[in-house]
This record gives sequence, C-alpha cells and structure tokens, in this order.
Amino acid sequence: MQRGLDSETRKQLEEEEKKIISEEHWYLDLPELKEKECFIIEEQSFLLCEDLLYGRMSFRGFNPEVEKLMLQMNAKNKVEEVESEAVELDVSDEEMARRYETLVGTIGKKFAKKRDRANYEEDENGHIKPTVKVKKMFLKPQD
Amino acid sequence: MAEAVGAVAESLPGDRARAARTVLDQVVLPGEELLLPEQEDAEGPGGAGERPLRLNAGTRSRGRVVCGPGLRRCGDRLLVTKCGRLRHKEPGGGSGGGVYWVDSQQKRYVPVKGDHVIGIVTAKSGDIFKVDVGGSEPASLSYLAFEGATKRNRPNVQVGDLIYGQFVVANKDMEPEMVCIDSCGRASGMGVIGQDGLLFKVTLGLIRKLLAPDCEILQEVGKLYPLEIVFGMNGRIWVKAKTIQQTLILANILEACEHMTADQRKQIFSRLAES
Repeated sequence: MQRGLDSETRKQLEEEEKKIISEEHWYLDLPELKEKECFIIEEQSFLLCEDLLYGRMSFRGFNPEVEKLMLQMNAKNKVEEVESEAVELDVSDEEMARRYETLVGTIGKKFAKKRDRANYEEDENGHIKPTVKVKKMFLKPQD
Repeated sequence: MAEAVGAVAESLPGDRARAARTVLDQVVLPGEELLLPEQEDAEGPGGAGERPLRLNAGTRSRGRVVCGPGLRRCGDRLLVTKCGRLRHKEPGGGSGGGVYWVDSQQKRYVPVKGDHVIGIVTAKSGDIFKVDVGGSEPASLSYLAFEGATKRNRPNVQVGDLIYGQFVVANKDMEPEMVCIDSCGRASGMGVIGQDGLLFKVTLGLIRKLLAPDCEILQEVGKLYPLEIVFGMNGRIWVKAKTIQQTLILANILEACEHMTADQRKQIFSRLAES
C-alpha cells in the first residue's frame, strides 16, 4: 500500500504550484522599450557658449590685486601655450649649494646644547662648522 | 509617402523644420524646430527613395551636441524658446558636436549654476546671509563660504554690503545658493566688494558683450583714467574711480554704449580724452 504520492503525481503537483506562483507575479505586458541614445545635452549657462573674461577688472593700477587676478584668470581661459619654461632663477644652483652647506652649521648650532655651542667655531671661509672634539673620558684618580 | 509629408508641411508652414546650419546668425522665433546637420542628411533628398551610400559612415556616430540658452531638446531636434540670433561654436577639443545657442536680450536674470554675480546682502539670519541677486528669490550664502572663514572666525559682512560670488545651486525647484570661494577653497576675487563705488543695472546682453574677449569698449575705457569695474552676470555693474565725477562718467558711458554705434562711441571718448 502506498501512502505517499506517486512520483508522477508529485511532479504534476509541483508544476501546478509553480504555475500558480508565476501567475501571481505581476508584469507589464508591454514591448521592450529601447532607450534612445540622446545626442543633445541641455545647458543653461553662457559660460560654455562664449569665452567670457573674468568679471573683476582694474585699469591703470587702481587695484593691483585685481590686476594680478585678471592676468591669472584670463590666462587660465586661454589654454594656448603651457609655458613650461624654467622658472627664472633668482639664485643660481651653486649659490644654493653653498648656502645649504653653511645652513647646516647655523641651524645645528641652534639645536645644540649650551655646552656644545662652544664647539661651533668659525672655520675657513667664515662658515660656522662644528669642530669635532675628543670626548673627555673619566680619568680614574691615581693614588 | 514623401508627397503626403510635403502636403502636410505646406498646410502648416510654421512646423517646417529648418536646418540649423542654414539659420546661423539669423533671427529665430520661439516655436521653431531646427534640424541638426546629421539629421538633415538623413532626411535626405525627398524625391529619391534611396539614401545615398556613404563611405564615411563613421560620421554618424557624432559627439554630443550641446544646446545652450534659448534652445531645448525636442526629440532629435532643437526647439527654440527665445527670440534672437542663432549662434554656433565649433568644438575646440574635437569632441562633441559644438554648441548652439540663441543670442537674446533680456533684463530679468534667472540664476544659473556657475555664474558670477553681484548680490546685495538683505538679511542675516543665523548662519546664512540672504543675498538679493535680481532673481525670483534671494539666494542664500553661508557664512562659511568665504576664504579663511571658520565657526569662530566669521567674515565681516553687514546688511547692505555688495558680494561678488558664484552659484553652486541654481535650478527652478530650489532656492539658489551661492558661495564666495571656488572649488579649491580660494577666494579668487570673490567676496565682499570694497567701499564706495557705484552699482547700476544694465541688460544681460550688454554684460556679455562687454565681457567678450575682443571688446573694444573696455580697452578704450581703460585708457581714460585708473578705475575698477566688477561685472555681474545678473546685469549689475559696480564701478569705482578716484573721484565721484569720474565714476559717474564711467557709469553713463557703460549704460549708453549699448545703443551707440562705434563712431559715436569714438567721438565721445575723444571728447573725454580732451577734457
């Protein structure tokens, strides 16, 4: 005697259940709409249309800061030549190297303790350099 | 089919769409539809049923065309919404199909994002200032939107001050908001405009004309005497010169130069230069 359902009837029942479930799901019976690719963008700003200058202006030196700004902003608009020429050097490279050499001495002096400051003397060309001193070791007293 | 279309077109003359290319620099009226160049080729010679074979089919995949102020997108065409002259600008970087817009004239300003405007502070409420920019409602300006402003270090802005700033939010659904710093946090010329000087109102078209890169009026004005001008895209100009008389002369020139021809302008400038 079979208590359980037949495999066939079981399958049929399952199919019927699936049908009911899928019929309960709602869907729109419309054909697939393709989104049209739009080639047109709407902009309400005049900045894109016309190259306008910067709104603040000063003439004949009335306001030097605004004149500086004018040069900056209007140069930004004109993306003509990106002048990547070397920045005009006020100080040459050699001079910079010399300065750095002495800089180490002067800054070092600032951070040296009071006792060590005496070690910084003026050598040769007037550069301040630390003179290496022999550290005083403990001398055992002789009898 | 083509004949039927033709008959319909004749009966409604207003709806015939013209090619944008043919209408450049001419006056267009609201309601006109304009065809973009690629479409006009597609509509093709009406009589022949076949389309001419194109070897350069790659041009179909055009870049994006930008429709600027005065134009709206209507399907694949441009719909004119303001009367004026149709202008076109070729794309600089090679991408996109260029910009079309209508060069119209109006006095009433509508806030647009990114525009630099001159505003007058009308109220100070809590953390924001209400700034009148000439639009339908006052713009809000937060006190933190100034260079170097912190909660403790408030900017020195009083009611009645003139502010030069730009819009960050400006659409028809929300209250416009403006700021006095750029995206990097620097003021770059924005903020409170200094003491003295004179603020007056002109049409929007004049502002754009004066701010054009090759504007002769400004070059001539700059040779007269030392002065400072600030242009707001909302039709407001602030001028300042050393004396009140010079400031007034300047204001009158700028207001009048809209309706003067180049000759009249040169006459006036030469007279001024003499005196």
